[in-house]
Amino acid sequence: MSLDVQNLVVAYRTLRGDVRAVDDVSFSVADGEIMGLAGESGCGKSTLGNSLVRLDRTMRCLGGRALLDGTELPLSDWDAMDDFRFKKVSLVPQYSMSALNPTRRIGKMISEVVRSRKIRYKDVLPELERRLRLVGLPTDVLAKYPIELSGGMKQRVVMVLTTLLDPSLLVADEVTSALDVSTQRAVGGMLVELRDMGIVTSTIVITHDLSVLVQVADSVVVMYAGKLVERAPTATVVDAPRHPYTKLLIASLPEVGVRYAEHVLAGIPGHPPSLLDPPKGCRFADRCPLASAECAVEPPLVELESGHFVACWKAS
Amino acid sequence: MRRYFARKLLTYFLTFFVAVTLDWGIPRLMPGDPIAGLLSKFQLQPSSYAVLHSSYTRAFNLGEPLWRQYLDFWRALLHGSLGTSIYAYPDPVTTVIRHAVVFTLALLLPATVLSYLAGNKVGAIAARRKLLDDTVLPFSYVLTATPYQWLALLLAFVLASVAHVFPISGGFSYSLVPTLSWAFLWSLLTHWFLPFVTLFLVGFGGWAIGMRNLIIYELDADYAHFLESLGAPRRLVRKYAYKNARLPQLTGLALSLGTIVGGAVVTEIVFNYPGIGWLVLQAINSEDFFLLQGIFLFIIVGVLLANFVVDVVYVLVDPRTRIGLQEGTR
Amino acid sequence: MSKDTTTTKDDTAAPTEEGNTAPRHELVYFALRNRKLVIGLSIVGLLGLAAIVAPFSARSNPDAFVGPPMQPPSSSYLLGTTYFGQDVYSQLVNGLRQSFLVGIMGGGIAFVVATAVGFTAGYRGGAVDEVLNMLTNVLLVIPTLALLIIVGGYLKGTSIVFEAMFVGATAWPWAARAIRAQTLSLVSRDFVGLARLSGVRSWRIVVGEVAPNMSSYLFLTFILLFGNAILISASYDFLGFGPPGGVSLGSMMNLAFAWNALQLHIWWWFVPPGVAIMGIVGGLYVTNVGLDEVFNPKLRSL
Repeated sequence: MSLDVQNLVVAYRTLRGDVRAVDDVSFSVADGEIMGLAGESGCGKSTLGNSLVRLDRTMRCLGGRALLDGTELPLSDWDAMDDFRFKKVSLVPQYSMSALNPTRRIGKMISEVVRSRKIRYKDVLPELERRLRLVGLPTDVLAKYPIELSGGMKQRVVMVLTTLLDPSLLVADEVTSALDVSTQRAVGGMLVELRDMGIVTSTIVITHDLSVLVQVADSVVVMYAGKLVERAPTATVVDAPRHPYTKLLIASLPEVGVRYAEHVLAGIPGHPPSLLDPPKGCRFADRCPLASAECAVEPPLVELESGHFVACWKAS
Repeated sequence: MRRYFARKLLTYFLTFFVAVTLDWGIPRLMPGDPIAGLLSKFQLQPSSYAVLHSSYTRAFNLGEPLWRQYLDFWRALLHGSLGTSIYAYPDPVTTVIRHAVVFTLALLLPATVLSYLAGNKVGAIAARRKLLDDTVLPFSYVLTATPYQWLALLLAFVLASVAHVFPISGGFSYSLVPTLSWAFLWSLLTHWFLPFVTLFLVGFGGWAIGMRNLIIYELDADYAHFLESLGAPRRLVRKYAYKNARLPQLTGLALSLGTIVGGAVVTEIVFNYPGIGWLVLQAINSEDFFLLQGIFLFIIVGVLLANFVVDVVYVLVDPRTRIGLQEGTR
Repeated sequence: MSKDTTTTKDDTAAPTEEGNTAPRHELVYFALRNRKLVIGLSIVGLLGLAAIVAPFSARSNPDAFVGPPMQPPSSSYLLGTTYFGQDVYSQLVNGLRQSFLVGIMGGGIAFVVATAVGFTAGYRGGAVDEVLNMLTNVLLVIPTLALLIIVGGYLKGTSIVFEAMFVGATAWPWAARAIRAQTLSLVSRDFVGLARLSGVRSWRIVVGEVAPNMSSYLFLTFILLFGNAILISASYDFLGFGPPGGVSLGSMMNLAFAWNALQLHIWWWFVPPGVAIMGIVGGLYVTNVGLDEVFNPKLRSL
């Protein structure tokens, strides 16, 4: 078992109180698994993924824990987390286009980062160059400045860099959303390849674009308003979803090229509840076509069949 | 890079052209007879008034058609002639200015460069230490809001007039003849010190605040967050933030040159320091308009040169200007 | 001078998951909690109040010779008297009025020019942008004080209005550049593109879509222009170009210096006007940073 997240609660602080962007979420990712994390924007998927690597200073981990290969990740201890970052857990950020220091040659920047982690650049350089070629980049990108690279190239450089030390867990946050369709497919393919070659042990792919998950993910976790609502193998989520939210999400997608859940979902009446003061029971009840009295009590996450978890009274 | 400099140089030539035109045009554009206005400030006998009026008219070439006057102005300028000073008659304006420029440069260059470097350093340190931030920052705000002339007056009053630690006025002791002796150099240094400190302190405050605020922005940039997610130590993140924050600071330096020159002018006046600024006062008091016009052009040329130096430094510091992909980031 | 402290960093600022329109009362809360803002505003406010009530608290003619010369501060002459026996306190509060007036008028004119040039250049782009940009850059390089020296030399006495106009005409370029940069980054965003496509007139887009999205930035720019105008006019007046007969903070220092206040140790003549200028300008700068922190959630620390 590679990653095991138990009852994780992550909140960011505002004047009006803590906003629990991730509220009591549990799941696990097996070795070699690519797990998709889907949901509308603001559902907490990005917060969840990022908190496993770099918990923003405005955020607090209020409870739960995350075990990586049996060791607990010190999520709220910034300095202790540094031992894990890059080496064990790594993040491909949403902002890959601007993730590289604009005034440093890429190779120079990588060497400085690597050296700051007490690793000799010389030792990793051959592997770095090999992997750059692997993703179709000439090694002379190392002598260039970020501004000289196209968006797709920057994305690949960032992916090579984040996975350079063969992390156990890679979190890829909306890595495809800024790219055109063909580059998207290439990046998706890279995620699979990194796993297949054993460079990355487990992967979490955060996206609002379900087509990416169909392409790369073995399993999918669907989040709604900070809660995990359904978790199942990808095929099951697409073909036989059980949670009404997931059903609507899938049903509202066009048949071919399942894309952009977000835009289409605007068609579902209503809005996600405020996370500042979330409703007591099921958080989807307001918008749910099946909602009834029992939904005033929060539904537990139940394993309907092996590997298929749903948090809904109507699912069983 | 070539385009970057071509653009810059074009701007500078245009600026020079505009400045010369203003310099030529302002006396002619002023309402009424400029010479009458000029002479009205003297208490003159009618006879000498007529003489002066005609000699000024000749000196300004006012009898000629305007385009002629304009071309002549340029021609004289390109021959290095800015006219004859009234204040230091019969010296040519260029000579008078040249003597003063040495003092101004001796004051401005070290004060600007040192305050820039020190301010940036201290601002960067303040950005990472709460305690220092709480002390340096208010102090810097006070400094940067201080009018140069007032700080000069205050220093002159406390350290010169009351405590007698430094001389209160002049570029060197008048009892000394300029020679290369230790006594004379010492005299130069003690007279230079207070004006220098004035310019240094006011500049320092601004640079410290600028750097501190820029670093705080940079630390929130995407690349900084990415470095953090790679477990890079704070030292490295700050180093990058500092290096990147230097770029807008350099732009700020170019933008502030005019203010700094203005500060030097009033500071020199307070200390009677015989530089360009002090010369301005003498020229105003003795209605020496050729001198004023000359000083204006000199200041413009000086600021343009300084701008160019900043441009060169910018290219050295920002690699992107060198690869030619991003011209004119400033 | 800290013109460059309001960085032109893109402020696509963290629209947090909560949504990006902070409720008004939240801004007020942050404003009241922000020490810099409260301190800065208090200083400026107090000095402003002193300027407003000047006619009631001070002698009607600040130039009048009201007492023995060179009196140090005492109960009858709050801030002492000048070399000529004028009341320094009366001069100070009247000077404050002048400074605020020049700041508001000069800063205001500069602000109007800067926004007009900045918006036009940033929004229209192309040749218009090139020309305006070049104009801005040229004027940016010419030191205003140097320009004033030749203008002032030929003018027979100036007025506050002239001073304000001069400041307004010369102090706008850096602000125009900053506003242009902000406009450029806003114009490239979707909502402006949409408005453009739907055939809304240009100035309506600028007023309706662009300006509101950078209103806080514009406000901060005005504050800096306001402070700069006061500093510049203080230098002018110190050089003796001030309005004749009027009392301003800069001309107080000018007269004190000219009449050897340094040698005669009449410190109460030149210290108060400097403190006043420092108070206004420093207060404005600190207010500016405080407001920046209030408007920009990224800079707030909880």
